[in-house]
Amino acid sequence: MKGTNLGEFEEIVLLTIASLLTEAYSVNIVDEIADITGRKTKLGVVHAVLKRLEDKGLITSELGEPTKERGGRRKRFFTVSHTGKVSLMKAKEQRDKLWNNIPELVFQGIR
Amino acid sequence: MKERDHGPPRWMDRIIEFYCRKDLLEDLQGDLHEYYARNLDKSRRKANLIFFLDILKFCRLYTIRKPKLIGQMTFFNLMQNYFKTSVRSIARNKLFSSINIVGLAVSMSIGILMITYLSQLFNYDEFHEKKELVYKIGTHYTDLDDGDVIDLASTSVYIGDLLKKDYPGIEDVLTLQGWADKDFTFNDKTLQLDGIYGSESFYNLFSFEMIEGDPATALIEPYTIVLTESAVEKFFDDESPVGQVFKSGEDLYTITGVMKDMPSNTHLPSFEMIESFATRRQKAKDSKGFVSWGNVWNYHVYLLLEENTSIETVDNYLKEISSEENAKRDHYTLSFDLVNLAHLVPGTGKSNNIGPYINWTDINKLLVLTAIILITACFNYTNLSVARSLRRVKEVGVRKVVGASKKQVLSQFLLEAILISIIALILAFGLYLLIKPEFIREVVDSESVELSFRINHVLWYFTFAVLIGVFAGLLPAIILSRLKAISILKDASRLKLFKGLTLREVLIVFQFTVSMALIISATISYRQYEFSINYDLGFRSENVLNVSLRDTDLDVELLKTELEKIPEVLDISTAIMLPGTQSMYMLDVHYQEDSLGIYYNRVDAEYLRLHEISYLVGGGFPLERKDSLAYIVIDEKICEKFGFEKPEDAIGEIFKNANDGRKLQVSGVMKDYQYADLQNTLGPTALVQNYDDKAYYLNILVKSDNMIELMDKLEGAWRSVDEVHPFEAEFYDDQLQQAYAEYKTMFRLFTFLSLIAISISLMGLLGIAVFTTEARTKEISVRKVLGASEKNLIYILSKGFIIILAISSLIAIPLAYYVFDTYVLVEFRERITIGPTELLPGVLLIIFVALATIGWQTLRASKTNPADMLRNE
Repeated sequence: MKGTNLGEFEEIVLLTIASLLTEAYSVNIVDEIADITGRKTKLGVVHAVLKRLEDKGLITSELGEPTKERGGRRKRFFTVSHTGKVSLMKAKEQRDKLWNNIPELVFQGIR
Repeated sequence: MKERDHGPPRWMDRIIEFYCRKDLLEDLQGDLHEYYARNLDKSRRKANLIFFLDILKFCRLYTIRKPKLIGQMTFFNLMQNYFKTSVRSIARNKLFSSINIVGLAVSMSIGILMITYLSQLFNYDEFHEKKELVYKIGTHYTDLDDGDVIDLASTSVYIGDLLKKDYPGIEDVLTLQGWADKDFTFNDKTLQLDGIYGSESFYNLFSFEMIEGDPATALIEPYTIVLTESAVEKFFDDESPVGQVFKSGEDLYTITGVMKDMPSNTHLPSFEMIESFATRRQKAKDSKGFVSWGNVWNYHVYLLLEENTSIETVDNYLKEISSEENAKRDHYTLSFDLVNLAHLVPGTGKSNNIGPYINWTDINKLLVLTAIILITACFNYTNLSVARSLRRVKEVGVRKVVGASKKQVLSQFLLEAILISIIALILAFGLYLLIKPEFIREVVDSESVELSFRINHVLWYFTFAVLIGVFAGLLPAIILSRLKAISILKDASRLKLFKGLTLREVLIVFQFTVSMALIISATISYRQYEFSINYDLGFRSENVLNVSLRDTDLDVELLKTELEKIPEVLDISTAIMLPGTQSMYMLDVHYQEDSLGIYYNRVDAEYLRLHEISYLVGGGFPLERKDSLAYIVIDEKICEKFGFEKPEDAIGEIFKNANDGRKLQVSGVMKDYQYADLQNTLGPTALVQNYDDKAYYLNILVKSDNMIELMDKLEGAWRSVDEVHPFEAEFYDDQLQQAYAEYKTMFRLFTFLSLIAISISLMGLLGIAVFTTEARTKEISVRKVLGASEKNLIYILSKGFIIILAISSLIAIPLAYYVFDTYVLVEFRERITIGPTELLPGVLLIIFVALATIGWQTLRASKTNPADMLRNE
């Protein structure tokens, strides 16, 4: 299945959700990505990715309490599901393997 | 909502609320609001802009509501499938489809005709730019002596003048009069032009295009005329007609303008010339009666209201004026109404119209007949589809099991009906083109109706076809869509489809009732027509040729001498009118203290001889005339009214003509003399001696085997005396028949419609007969095997139909009798009594043909070999 592999941006979003723990909702995610990666992402892009991840079953969501600044609307909080965690682990493993296969001398002079 | 002050504009929220899926909306909208709050730090406008752009950006495939769109896609696919199924089903059942299509097409061609006719009628006088503000005054004349009420399209010059002078809010007043036809001479050329009189505001109220001359001033002065283009062509080659002078009798008329030929869709009569109404006023300036309250018979007054004047205001003016004036009068009262220019045609049945007139009641009658024919054809479809539906039951069952909803099955069968109706429409259009000329000639009987095709008619026809399809197909569609899938598939043959059986019978009864009623109507109309034209009028009319004298200055004596030279001419007389042809002249006569309004004809002594008037007592008047008094021949009604005990007492008595004071001496009392046609009541009638040589008609008694040659001779004699006017001669018998043309038309219309209704119902009957015998083939075979004879079988198979036909005739005969006895024939003073000879022949004919249709099918079924049918069981 195509969906088992994570796309690059999907992985970032997934990791951000994981790192935000209970505070992961769309606006926060956009802000966090901007903070850490310096990438100016658009809400629309993040929103679409969240939707896709949820469809793939990598994240789950639930609605929180209504807040005033949102005009009385509730936030949707995301958490990484078990499948999500497994794919994150898998992605990390793959990368670690690849890293391990690279001889030290390749990166000489960069650090 | 306090938040509103901080939030984005509501309408932007509405956009996202409109397109976004419910489950995504709250969260997404919340996000956007949060961003909005952040952007608010910069500026409200910028925040609004970003919010708006975001809303547009989020309009993506995964956010927008999908269910609807997807539903439509499947709907479209299904439609394709329904369409295919329908076409196949139409093609497979050739008999049923052709019965339905032909039946619908025949009736729809009449529907198309009515649609086109109506669309043309509503087009009358639509081209006038000021039509919203122009109103015509109509008059209700109530005779206080005998209680007669007459609705007139005409009114008095007086009321128009009064409104123009004294009442605010009325911008302009137009006065018209018909019949301004005159002979004009120009450069030695004399021709007659048809015309009307019109006052100076003619071109202000009406939008007729002026080619030359000033429309505002053309009709102000007396003795000015405006010609139409076609009239100009008759007199002039290239030169401009404006400023030229026409001579008519002693009068000289100046041409002040040329206008385009008038269109046909107007309530005005077709004219070639308009003469200024000022001429009319000048000529009548010595006559007190011309501008008077009661002179409401000849003039037509139109008002142009100012923009802010309401019609109620003017209505109140008229009420005010009439209550004041009516108080001064003992014998009659007048009241008025206002009709908008665009609503004059079709109108509500007024007399004295200036031009073409079509009555709403006539249109309604045609509409009802059309509707009946259409319903008959629709019932064919309904009936046959319900009967046939047993074959479609399995298809419905499968569709339902696969998941079709009731609505979907319904729409499938409706679509099929609409498809059939559209196929029928194409055929109907061809039929319509065939019957159109006949319709215009016979039924409409007006030159102003052309029934030209317009592109927007296509839309109307199409809508009409769809409506017919829905009407015809709704019932079978409902029946089929209600079927339960399980019961169909479990055992289709045991299915009770025929709960609708009684309904089907009702529909067939309706069809045959309509057919029978129409054929009876046709018979009765024909009998009355035949009766009317053969009625003994009390005077000779055969071999009498009537010539109309259009020129009052004509030397009648000279013409008579010329005509008498022709050997075939036996006798010649003169008269001012032709009795029995719907025109009437009235005269007030005094006798001692009494006065009486009588119908009269001014005739010469030869008239009495030529027409073979027969007398109770006395005789006709002598050939020579006296200056002091004239003679009069009266009928028994006058004797009665003036109180003579015996007709003999009246002879020699002297009456007085109340109009000019002339003494009238009674020379004879005549037997029945049918002055009016048979529709009008017969009042007191008299023949007055022609004491001042006034004559509008010449009656010539002829005897010839070669009419064409004789006509040539007569025309030659006419030409030698009158070069200007055409020779117009008609046989009296033909003219008398024309008075009843309406009933001839009615007969033809009913015959035509009944033929259509009969053929439609017979086709339907054939379809049903085919179906029932087919459905019962096994039953027939079993019966046959058990020993039933062919006779028995035919009886069993046609029993149901015979009952249906019997019920239909039991409804149709009293219905037609009642309608004609109480509504139609009451118009006649002398009428036929409706008996079996009128009622039965048509009904028997229909029953015979219907039985033949059924018999053909049942005979075929009863002749089949049972072995063939049962072998495969």
